[in-house]
Amino acid sequence: MGRAGEGRLSSYTYRRYPYRRPAELDGQAERRPVVPVVIVGAGMAGPTLALSLAQRGIATVVLDEDDTVSLGSRSICQAKHSLEIWDRFGIAERMVEKGITWEQGEVYLRDKPIYRFNLQPEPEQKFPAFVNLQQYYVEEYLFERCLAEPLVDLRFRNKVVGVASRDDGVTVEVETPDGRYTLEADWLVACDGVRSPVRHMLGLPYPGEVFHDQFLIADIRLLSELPRERRFWFYPPFHPTNSVLLHRQADNVLRVDFQLGRDADAEEEKKSENVDRRLRQMFGPDARWEHEWTSVYTFTCRMMERFLHGRVIFAGDAAHVVSPFGARGGNGAIADVDNLAWKLALVLEGSAPANLLESYCSERRAASRENILNSTRSTDFITPKFAAARAFRDATLSLARDFPFARALINSGRLSVPTGHAGSALDTPDTDQDWRRGPTPGRAMVDAPVGGEGEGWLVDRMGPGFTLLTFAERGFAFERLPQRVTGLCVSGDGLARQRYDAQPGTSYLIRPDRYVAARWRRYDPAAVDAAVRRATGNG
Amino acid sequence: MSDDAPSAVVTGALRRTLNLARPDEVYNAIVEAHKDLTDEQCRAFDARLILLLANHVGDEAAIHEALAAARQSLEEEGT
Repeated sequence: MGRAGEGRLSSYTYRRYPYRRPAELDGQAERRPVVPVVIVGAGMAGPTLALSLAQRGIATVVLDEDDTVSLGSRSICQAKHSLEIWDRFGIAERMVEKGITWEQGEVYLRDKPIYRFNLQPEPEQKFPAFVNLQQYYVEEYLFERCLAEPLVDLRFRNKVVGVASRDDGVTVEVETPDGRYTLEADWLVACDGVRSPVRHMLGLPYPGEVFHDQFLIADIRLLSELPRERRFWFYPPFHPTNSVLLHRQADNVLRVDFQLGRDADAEEEKKSENVDRRLRQMFGPDARWEHEWTSVYTFTCRMMERFLHGRVIFAGDAAHVVSPFGARGGNGAIADVDNLAWKLALVLEGSAPANLLESYCSERRAASRENILNSTRSTDFITPKFAAARAFRDATLSLARDFPFARALINSGRLSVPTGHAGSALDTPDTDQDWRRGPTPGRAMVDAPVGGEGEGWLVDRMGPGFTLLTFAERGFAFERLPQRVTGLCVSGDGLARQRYDAQPGTSYLIRPDRYVAARWRRYDPAAVDAAVRRATGNG
Repeated sequence: MSDDAPSAVVTGALRRTLNLARPDEVYNAIVEAHKDLTDEQCRAFDARLILLLANHVGDEAAIHEALAAARQSLEEEGT
């Protein structure tokens, strides 16, 4: 998002994280070991990648030019898939506790509700569809976890000023308050945001579409009762020419997002008296609030041609960026690094060829395309680009109250669900023909309760690498299971069985990033072995 | 109607022969429904009508073919 202006923040205290003089500044002459992975950028994606790699025994250095968390709430809707990833570092339950769980949303036309939706069509999973939690809290919990992790070397006020990529590694030039130093790395992952300095240093283009509609975010602390759901208004009485989106966050903070249109004067709109005038119309004469953060933004949808450039890899907003409608930015970034971490670890330990990383590029580009398509369609619905588009949009809204079909056409943001990558070279296509449902190869696994009451969730039972999930009698013996595949036997008639369309013997091979790589109607260790080879680029 | 179908659209899903028992009745009903409407109201009305009928038809291939046929007919008119 392009940010035109920012204000202060009253409910959150920004900590300054300590800068430490890097040892390289004092021992430049002696030969220092090559760092396996240097990560540029400590937002949400960089620290998540560092922790994922640390769990696989890989040391990282994370470089950030700043020494604090995200200014302003920014990415607020943390999706189930992201929470499942953070749960592996033990910080997701804290996020759920601090944040606001929501699964319902409501759409209004003028002053009347026309449509409600539920984002969790399959309840009974460990995590809800969404938890609203400001980005600064997510980053704070990630930083804390990184600082306690010996394999993660998180360096604040370390700014990357030069990157030279060779066939066998990357040389990184870093600037600190005490001077410059050089790091040698096997790989560099740029998680340095939409304006990615690394991308600029390498002179790489960032093609895409620019949208000119302006939006005003007002994060306020409302001192009265708050709605727990997402609300979206088209033409509300308090903002009759445009749309408004309302989201509740932690600490009784509300995000109010006003569509301003193309011609609005951003400097004028973000003045507090003008923001207050809009909020007063919205919340009525008796409401009281405090301002947290105000920002006027426009946005772009962009994607790099390739996410891999020699030994430099791009992830998150540095590689692709979408409109905020649908919560696909932050959650897409987390999915990127989860896709990357296990592949990079296998390549670094010599268990997979380097071209396994090509699948990171193809799978996540497919995901980005899906995110950009969804996000662009939402944007086109919310901000119609020509008169006929507006006529169809308004026709849809007005039909929606009486005609259920039209409710499905209302697109106020199709909210992030794990994207698929059908046809990835790593996946083994179905050979059995009788599947009625269940995640197909290339789709994310689905959580479910397993075992008896209180016995836990499927996501808690997965192995550290590949997992073979087999539905069978208790005590099923995984004979000749390939090395480094964890066998997980699920018995009984629970929800897991339904969600995976399981019969006795049904087996799903699930990758370390919890995507389905292959599935069969019966346990066949030779087929599992072949599918694991294929999924690790050793096929 | 040209013999060249637009390449992206598969033809055959859209009925091209008469499917109405009383064609004059239906035609006149459609025209009459627009009577007294301004151009802007006509556009709003047609948008509603198209969405209602598209959902009723349900057949995505037929809808795409109808969109292409309508556009093509319009462009031929213009030349």
